[in-house]
Amino acid sequence: MSQFAQGSEAAVSAPTQHPRRARRKFNVMSIVGTTPMILTAVGVFVVCIIFSFIWSFTNSKLFPNFNFIGFDQYVRLWKSDRWNISVGNVFVFGICSLGANMVFGYLLAVFMDQRIQQEDLFRSIFLYPFAMSLVVTGLVWQWMFDPNLGIQSAVRQMGWTDFQFAPLTNQATAIYGVVLGGVWNGVGVTMAIMLAGLRGVDSEIWKAAKIDGIPAWRTYLFIVLPMMKGAILTAFILQCTGVVRVFDIVIAMTQGGPGIATQMPAIYVIQYITDRVNVGQGMAAASTMLLPVIAVIALQGLLQWRSKRKKEKAI
Amino acid sequence: MQHSVSIRDLSLNFGNVKVLQHLDLDIAQGEFIVLLGPSGCGKSTLLNCIAGLLDVSDGQIFIGGKNVTWEEPKDRGIGMVFQSYALYPQMTVERNLSFGLRVSGMKKDEIDKRVARAAEILQIGPLLQRKPVELSGGQRQRVAIGRALVRDVDVFLFDEPLSNLDAKLRSDLRVEIKRLHQRLKNTMIYVTHDQIEALTLADRIAVMKNGVIQQLSDPHTIYNKPVNLYVAGFIGSPQMNMFNGTLNGTNFVAEDGTSISVATYDFATPVSGSTKAIMGIRPEHIVLGEESRSMPFSADVEIEIVEPMGSDTLAWTKIAGHQVTFRCNSDVVLKPGQKVVVGFDAGRGSIFSTETTNRL
Repeated sequence: MSQFAQGSEAAVSAPTQHPRRARRKFNVMSIVGTTPMILTAVGVFVVCIIFSFIWSFTNSKLFPNFNFIGFDQYVRLWKSDRWNISVGNVFVFGICSLGANMVFGYLLAVFMDQRIQQEDLFRSIFLYPFAMSLVVTGLVWQWMFDPNLGIQSAVRQMGWTDFQFAPLTNQATAIYGVVLGGVWNGVGVTMAIMLAGLRGVDSEIWKAAKIDGIPAWRTYLFIVLPMMKGAILTAFILQCTGVVRVFDIVIAMTQGGPGIATQMPAIYVIQYITDRVNVGQGMAAASTMLLPVIAVIALQGLLQWRSKRKKEKAI
Repeated sequence: MQHSVSIRDLSLNFGNVKVLQHLDLDIAQGEFIVLLGPSGCGKSTLLNCIAGLLDVSDGQIFIGGKNVTWEEPKDRGIGMVFQSYALYPQMTVERNLSFGLRVSGMKKDEIDKRVARAAEILQIGPLLQRKPVELSGGQRQRVAIGRALVRDVDVFLFDEPLSNLDAKLRSDLRVEIKRLHQRLKNTMIYVTHDQIEALTLADRIAVMKNGVIQQLSDPHTIYNKPVNLYVAGFIGSPQMNMFNGTLNGTNFVAEDGTSISVATYDFATPVSGSTKAIMGIRPEHIVLGEESRSMPFSADVEIEIVEPMGSDTLAWTKIAGHQVTFRCNSDVVLKPGQKVVVGFDAGRGSIFSTETTNRL
């Protein structure tokens, strides 16, 4: 009898102990596997960002030093015409290219959603620019916009001899030429994400809309589009990061010119760290560039938190 | 008489796959038809053809006497309710109900009147300003029914509307759909794989298999006089008990030699000579106890398994070498190994030809 009681006691206590042990025990292999990446992430991103931030308060020239001069670098930064134009440019570039990117990305996704033949081929074509370096994209568009060998000369050869189309040579239009190149490069990715979102919509929603007699364009705009919040947000954030760090396409297309018409903050940072030998000023600009990125991430976090709370409330 | 929905020689192929083959179906005004069958039998496909969501390969569809084979879904005079509810998630219940009407350019006060009527019938008035995520499954399905209701149409189509709900809600909403039909008296076509839903709701059930209607009849006939072995096996839970054997005049001889009298059986066509046949008896038509001695067939058997179901009890035993289940009163105490006497009247059963599997 006593033996039986002991046995049953052990049987009872075993299952309660087991999960506790499982919770404490980490998987050794997973730690070994992820450590290098964690170290890289912390080392490269966090530590480097912290040092950039610290050096932005110093008068570092060719080499970083620790002579702190307070906010002088930031004051100088915001007094600089070059920087202010850069900031203005990145806003114009951002609003235009994000807007065009989202609209055309969605339109392309809708086009791809029409059960067209050769869908894979078209998807590859639209995605292809993204696989190429922005330097290549920029160079190709620079040639296209070049008055002597691009679109303008081609149309002139066809007979319209007074045709003018050379956006990159004009200070007022150069930025829009860059926008065009950027959109062409990134729109395929937006399309792919939006297409995945479109395909994720329950087919019965489409059937219900058909029975209700809602035209396809209205279904796409008023029913399906709001259902794709997740896909839209993903595509948007992805493109946002591209806007803040826009650099290579500008270098390839205009080198920031004509004059300083297409200067961008990232170019400013690189120029001050290398050519102009002023690490402190470069770091101040870089730290300033970090602010909008943090703002976007915070916004996303806030939105997620709010939707989570809303869901919890509903339950 | 004018049929509400008529389907003439309808065929539908997806490439080489024939989903529906030369299907004919006439549905009377105000009738509740259930299309019943296992998944892949073509019942939902047929419903989508009626709704105009699929283009037919051949044949014609008439709704309200009008040939609608090539009409747009919205012009067919139908409303449809889906399994996943298919509500527009970003819109309030009120918007969900009215969006189709607004798009069609209907006057605002007419829309309001219809929405109010639907809300009253379905008792969703307090939910009108909520969004679908804030509703339970049952409430969502009511809104989905409401969306069909505001269209003010003659024919309602239901595509497995209760399959996403739990058992309790399912039976509640089932009654509500029946009440709705009695109140509105619309023609309703209802697709399901659930035989209880089919038997409880339908005026007539169409049992489908491989794109062909096997039997189209009222629930009582479907249950008691299935036209073939497939329908007999598909309807009824637990399944009908089947005996393989040979039919000799007024006697059915099972494979182990047991002879069962079929003198009381009402043959559809006279059978002469000796034919291979299958006899089917529903579990509730097998009688337990001494009174079964007077039945045309009775036997002494041993109980193998007992399953108390609450309202009644299922018992498993062997008759004529076949595993047999029978249903008895839940007050009767049965134990495995117990010897009992059971009997049945073959006249209440069904006999099918082994060769054609059709009812004899």
